Order: sequence, then structure tokens, then C-alpha cells
Amino acid sequence: MLKRTSLLFAATLALGVSVQAQAQSSTITGAGATFPYPVYSQWADDYQDESGVGLNYQAIGSGGGIRQITAGTVTFGASDAPLSAEQQERDGLVQFPMIMGGVVPVINVDIPAGELKLDGETLAAIYLGEIDRWNDERIAALNPDIELPDTRITPVYRSDGSGTNFLFTHYLSQVSEAFSNTVGEGNSVAWPSGVGAQANGGVAAQVGNVRGAIGYVEYAYAKQNDLNAVQLENSDGQYVAPSAESFAAAAANADWANAPGFALVLTNQPGEQSWPITGVSYILMHKQASNAAASRSALEFFDWAYANGEAAANALDYVSMPDNVVELVKANIWSQIQADGQPVWTGAE
Amino acid sequence: MSSEQSRSDQPHHLGANRRELRLLARNGMIDRWFERGTCSFAVLVLALLGAIMLSLLISAWPALATYGADFFTQTRWSANQEVFGAWPAIYGTLVTSLIAVAIAVPVSFGIAIFLTEKCPAALRRPLGVTIELLAGIPSIIYGMWGIMVLGPFLQWLAPELFPAGTGLATAGIILAVMIIPFITAITRDVMSTVPSVTRESAYGLGCTTWEVVRSVIFPSVRGGLVGGVILGLGRALGETMAVAFVIGNNLFLHPTLTGQGTSIAALIASQFPEADGIQRSALLALGLVLFLITFVVLAIARYMLMRIERRAP
Repeated sequence: MLKRTSLLFAATLALGVSVQAQAQSSTITGAGATFPYPVYSQWADDYQDESGVGLNYQAIGSGGGIRQITAGTVTFGASDAPLSAEQQERDGLVQFPMIMGGVVPVINVDIPAGELKLDGETLAAIYLGEIDRWNDERIAALNPDIELPDTRITPVYRSDGSGTNFLFTHYLSQVSEAFSNTVGEGNSVAWPSGVGAQANGGVAAQVGNVRGAIGYVEYAYAKQNDLNAVQLENSDGQYVAPSAESFAAAAANADWANAPGFALVLTNQPGEQSWPITGVSYILMHKQASNAAASRSALEFFDWAYANGEAAANALDYVSMPDNVVELVKANIWSQIQADGQPVWTGAE
Repeated sequence: MSSEQSRSDQPHHLGANRRELRLLARNGMIDRWFERGTCSFAVLVLALLGAIMLSLLISAWPALATYGADFFTQTRWSANQEVFGAWPAIYGTLVTSLIAVAIAVPVSFGIAIFLTEKCPAALRRPLGVTIELLAGIPSIIYGMWGIMVLGPFLQWLAPELFPAGTGLATAGIILAVMIIPFITAITRDVMSTVPSVTRESAYGLGCTTWEVVRSVIFPSVRGGLVGGVILGLGRALGETMAVAFVIGNNLFLHPTLTGQGTSIAALIASQFPEADGIQRSALLALGLVLFLITFVVLAIARYMLMRIERRAP
């Protein structure tokens, strides 16, 4: 009797699992960076309306995304910091760029919005705690036309490990030797002064709360929270304001064809209009697809996003990948994703 | 004396028939199994503790072996440069917990004295229940309240001390609010164990409330009071989310009380999800340190309790 019951129970369980597995096959699973999350979730909505295929994307951070794709628990991972070609080779992964955007310094000081100008050296000195008043002469020298208040500067930074941290510290390390030597670049670094907050949203809230604060967030968060964004000097010596155009200008310089493993960081790019802290968000997938159908439906989604995602991306101030890069990705990267010796991607249906 | 002997000596008086003997034997067996069962549960806890300790030690070993004494002498926690100094976090943990206890103990004792000695009977229950409800508020709520209300308030109150509203003192105040219900509840319970005869005879001698509390009630429940404070301290040491919100998360060792810092639990919470390799191992080593700190605090509390009990008449 007992045996029969447990057999029945096992059968029910198996049935339940198989039903669940069927339901999941029409959902693409991915995990990783929080930086592109707003645009991925917008795309997922639009794509589901159009094709009926859902996307389950967990914004757990770039490091988490790399770990999950390496462990094979998701179909694709997403990261803001590129994996080097050797790392990709070691873990049997391929990497391709999906979307670009900018990290923006934001301030809470009595200065008209978008007027304050900073260069990389000064920004680094603020984050190193060397400049701690808004009317410091080094800031005044860059802004002769603005009356700067005698307020204490409170730098706000990301306390959790993140790709936004990576882009910001990568930029500061390039433009300031002092910053590179004392703090360095990375997903989580130790900031000598200031206040740590969790995630882009936390930094935006903290900057909004603290008079005299300066922070850095992904551009969409600066816009949504109506924060006062700073103009930065780029490598051509021009001051540029953050916008989709200046991010695109930085991206235009990128030499994707000659980047091994598509590993590029777009900070401090040349060009008169280039925004200096521009970043690329990458997708990571396994070369040997363990589930060909899942990998194929993920690639179909990316193909759709490359072709139709531009409007949604621009509305959120991201920059979509140029067509020539998309062609490169499809020809050189997607062809490497295989199951049973056959490429998974054979072109759109 | 075996049952057979007793049966032969007094066959009629203590006569137990076969069925009753069987029942007796069965009872004995149930007793033995009950004993073994409870014993194994107790051993399970010990084994679990040992296993956690061991697995922490194993996973923390790479970091401890690589950095050795540096782990306890470096004054910053800089993951990207692979410099892992535990001091900023240890300092922050101890300072926030001590601030919390320093604020919470007088307040909790005050509440408990009011509730047991002075409070009108009609108010006693609602007040007591309200304070116990405070203990049930999830810590994330305290964290959000801290960052949205307490932080800006402190910043408005003393902008030079709290330029950003967050910091070790802010975390200490939040922790104090969180542990007050615990210390209050225990203090009130142990104070009400003092027999009313003792209490009333002291009042009869003309003692004031303060004198009764100080010289009659507190001395007789000292052990319970220390226990309550230690329970509060233990919670403050390990509290994570609320602290991570308001402590400021600065990873350098600054000798400050109101400035930004970090605590062990907050540092682990904010870095663990993105960490791997040696950083992950270093974070686990930090967890081991927190384990040891809590252990030492509990040991000191035990020792103090033993001394108090020995001194007591």
C-alpha cells in the first residue's frame, strides 16, 4: 500500500516537473549587470507582446552574472566589465556587446543644472578627499563664470560591487595617476572619503538628500531623479554634457574588429563630442550550448533587439549597437555557439 | 531489587502480572528512547556548531594563509588591490554595538522600572505590548527609516558632526532602537520575579521607588539583567541590513564615532554577492572573526554571571 502511494506520489511529482519544464522552455533566462537592466526589461516586455516568448532577467550584478553563466544555471550572463579573451577561452564562453550607455557624475549644490564643469583630475581629487569644499580654487579655475558656494563636498559612491563602479574607477585611473596608485580600478574599491550607498538608486537618493554631495550613476537614474549632471572634459579637451549623442560619439570610435574577444572599455575615447565615461554591456554565452533550443531562442531575442530595440533604447538614453558591429557579432561570435557540432544560429526564420 | 525477587518475596502485595510487567518494560524502553532522542538533539546542535566553524575555517583558510598577520594590521579593505584589512570592520562593529548598548541600557531599564513600579495598571498591558511589537519590526524597515528619516534629521541637527547623516553613530542609534525591546522585555520579566513581600516591606520601611529599585530589586536579579544586556549586545553585533543602510560603508580605518565606517556584517552583505576567489575567502575569514567576537562576548558574560552569583548571599 505504502509502496503504491509513494509510486503515485513520484509519478505526480514527475508529471509536475515535466509540465513546469515545458512552461519554462518559452522563457529565456539570463542574469547579470544592473546597468542595462532598465532597457533589457523594456525589450523583454515588447518582445513578449510580439513573439510570446518571455525573458527572465535577474539583475544581480556583473560578478553574479559571470558566476551564473560559468556554472551554467542561465542561458546567458550579462556583464559591464568585459572578460578578456583568455578568460573567455578558459571558461568556454563567447562575449558580444549588446548596448552602450554612460555613467554620469551628479551633484547637489546650488548651481544651475548642467552648468558645472569638471575635468578628470579634479573629479579624482574630489573622490580622493583632496578637494573638500565646492569653492576650492581648482574647481573655481574651471568655472570662472559660476559663483561657487562654501559647502563641504560629500562624495557618494557605490558600496556594493558593480559594473558602474568599474567604469567610473577605470576612467579615474586613466586620468589621474594619484587615483590609480591609491584606489585603483575594480568592481569594488575602497574609497578614502565619503559615503557609500547601495546600487544606482541608493546613490541617486543619497545625492538628493545630502547638500553638497557628488555621486555617479547610470544616466537613466540621473534623469529619472532629476539630478544636476556635470559637464566633463574629454580627451580632446572639450567639455561635453551627458546625452545619448555624446555616448554615441564615444562609441563611434570603438575599433571592434580588432578587439580580441570583443573586450573593449569605452572610457576616455577621443573625439570632440565623446562623453568620457561611456560603457558597453556585454552578453556572455557558452560556446557549447547544453540546451540548443534555449540558446537559439536567446539569440533570436538578441537578433530582435539589435533590429528593433533602438527606439526603446534611445528613449531610456542608451545607445544601441551600430549595424556594422551587429554584422561582426553575428558572423564571428554567434557562429561559434554550437550544439552537436552544428551552429545554433542559422539566421532569422 | 529486581522485579522477580520482589514478586517472590511479596507475591500478593506487589504482584504485577505479566501484562503489567510488559507495560513497565515498554515504559522503560520509551524512557530510554526519549533520553537518547533528546540527547541526540543536543549533540546535533554541537555538531552543527562544529561543522559551521569548520567549514568557515576551511573556506577562510586561503585568505588567512595568504595574508596572515596583515589581515589584522592593514587599515583598509580594498578588494581590487587585494588588500584585506579586517580592522575597519572590527572597529565599526564594536563601536556601533557599544553606542547601541550605552543608549539602550538606561532607556530599557527606565522603561522596565516604570512598567513594573510606577505604571497605572490600565496602561501597563498596552505599553508592554507596544514595546514587544517593536521587537517584531523587520530590520530592513529600521534601515529604511534610518536612511530616510534619522539620517536627514541628524544632518539637520548637527551638520558638522553628520555631514551626510550616515555613520557609526547613526548606526549605533538605529541599533539602540532595535535592541531596546529585547532588553526591556527581559528586564521587566526578571524584575517581576521579585516577590511582592520583599518589595512591599522595603516600601514599608519608607524607601523611595529609586531606593527600592536600586537596593532591593536590582541586586536580587543582577544575573537576569546582565543576561538581557548581553542578548541585546549579541543582536547588535550581528545586525546586518539596517546597519548596511546607514553606516556609510567606508572601508578605511578612521578613528571616528560619528563619521562613516563599516561593520563586519554590513561589509559581508555588500560585497559577498559580487565576490569570488581570494575576496570571497577574505569575507569568510571576516565572518569567522565575527563568530569569535560573539563567542568572546558570550564567554565574558558567562564569567560575569558566575562571579555575580558567587558574590550573592
